[in-house]
Amino acid sequence: MRWLKPSVFLLCSLPLLWLVWSGLHGGLGANPIEAAMHELGHWALRLLLLGLALNILSRHSGWRRPMQLRRMLGLFAFAYALLHLLVYITLDQFFDLPAILEDLRFRPYILIGLSAWLILLAMAITSTRHWQRRLGRRWARLHRLVYVAVPLAITHNFMVAKTISPEAMVYTALFIPLLILRLLPRRA
Amino acid sequence: MLIKRPDPIPSSAITDEAIYRERRRFLGQFALGGGALLLPGLLAAQARAEARPPKLEGVVPGPFGSEESLTSYQDITSYNNFYEFGTDKGDPKKHAQLLRTRPWSVMVEGEVARPGPIDIEDILKLHPLEERIYRMRCVEAWSMVIPWVGFPLAALLKHAEPNSRARYVEFTTLHDPEQMPGQRDRRILPWPYVEGLRIDEAMHPLCILAVGLYGHELPNQNGAPLRLVVPWKYGFKSIKSIVRIRLLEAAPTTTWQQLSPREYGFYANVNPEVDHPRWSQRRERRIGELRRRDTLPFNGYAEEVAHLYQGMDPKTLF
Repeated sequence: MRWLKPSVFLLCSLPLLWLVWSGLHGGLGANPIEAAMHELGHWALRLLLLGLALNILSRHSGWRRPMQLRRMLGLFAFAYALLHLLVYITLDQFFDLPAILEDLRFRPYILIGLSAWLILLAMAITSTRHWQRRLGRRWARLHRLVYVAVPLAITHNFMVAKTISPEAMVYTALFIPLLILRLLPRRA
Repeated sequence: MLIKRPDPIPSSAITDEAIYRERRRFLGQFALGGGALLLPGLLAAQARAEARPPKLEGVVPGPFGSEESLTSYQDITSYNNFYEFGTDKGDPKKHAQLLRTRPWSVMVEGEVARPGPIDIEDILKLHPLEERIYRMRCVEAWSMVIPWVGFPLAALLKHAEPNSRARYVEFTTLHDPEQMPGQRDRRILPWPYVEGLRIDEAMHPLCILAVGLYGHELPNQNGAPLRLVVPWKYGFKSIKSIVRIRLLEAAPTTTWQQLSPREYGFYANVNPEVDHPRWSQRRERRIGELRRRDTLPFNGYAEEVAHLYQGMDPKTLF
């Protein structure tokens, strides 16, 4: 299945290509900065959930192939989260450091989002085989933190909305069964 | 009080904005000598202009003009918070066509000498329609400059003859989940949407009932056929598609107060010094601009309205 990874790579790049294309053609609406920032955040979460789903599928079915994709999905999720953060710092806040620090100090959802991002950063850095060997058993423990990062990111989404966030409700509905399945014993 | 006189030509008399915006393309295509390219472009511009609701007749320039550049018709009508049609900014434009704006009447009741329903056609005859170019500051820290067409709310209130017990005005949006699909989900907001003003705020000449924008009738997604515009308060105070106006002795509980009293007060005056608990109100993004700009106290209308709140703790005015 030599085509599997390249095609998943392409699929994961599509949202970004679509965002760039829409941004250049006025397709992001009246507030394109906000729209791009929100979309990047949503795609980071969607890819994280997809990665978790493949992991769980593999864990309970014994089918190994989905496991080959988890690093790529995780790194793509991190890439979207990184762009999400960069859009916030550059276009949204225009490098206004006092404003960003004020956000960090007074807006819990910013701190929660940043915590999720830092977990993803640690996972991205240690995603190489080298780090996997070097950390040994601790590597698995570190990467289990994705089950902390995802609810943090969902909370971040809930808190930024003025009323309920329909997307955050869908993410929650997907995450809870994945978490339960993860806690169930592995198939013999 | 400084009253800026707007341009003597109402924007409705100026070349239709959609066509005006095509000028560069027009010139570009002309320069290219692409005669064949020219026609479809013009037809498309024409079609977009025609898609607007009917033009309003007899609109005169009103007081309180602004020299700031107007937000485009496209942006004003496609980026809306009107949760009755969905929580996404694009939802109102997608779903508002379900709303029937005729026949329409507004029930005026409570502490008034002449209670009863008033038909929208009669409301339109109460006062000459004026163009009012106002800044609109959303509580979400973005803003627009909008050429409304409307008339002072005071004209309608005086018509109903409020009595001496009338100290507050309560406004209610239509409640009909058939026409407003967002209302099927009660988790979004406790429907129907209710807003309120103190009577002196409601009688202030800046406070209008709008029936149009850019010289045309209001598109449904902007609150047709009749909405409130209170430019010195956050946008959510400017309630849309009004069916009931009630004069009261005690302050009504507004929808947002009910949902989150800590985050949304009764006054909701634009105030850069009082942050929303979850984000800063110090700056705002003007739609169409890249960098944020400073938010002004009372959204820049302090000279006109600050006296209404003399002696009140500004920290309570969120």
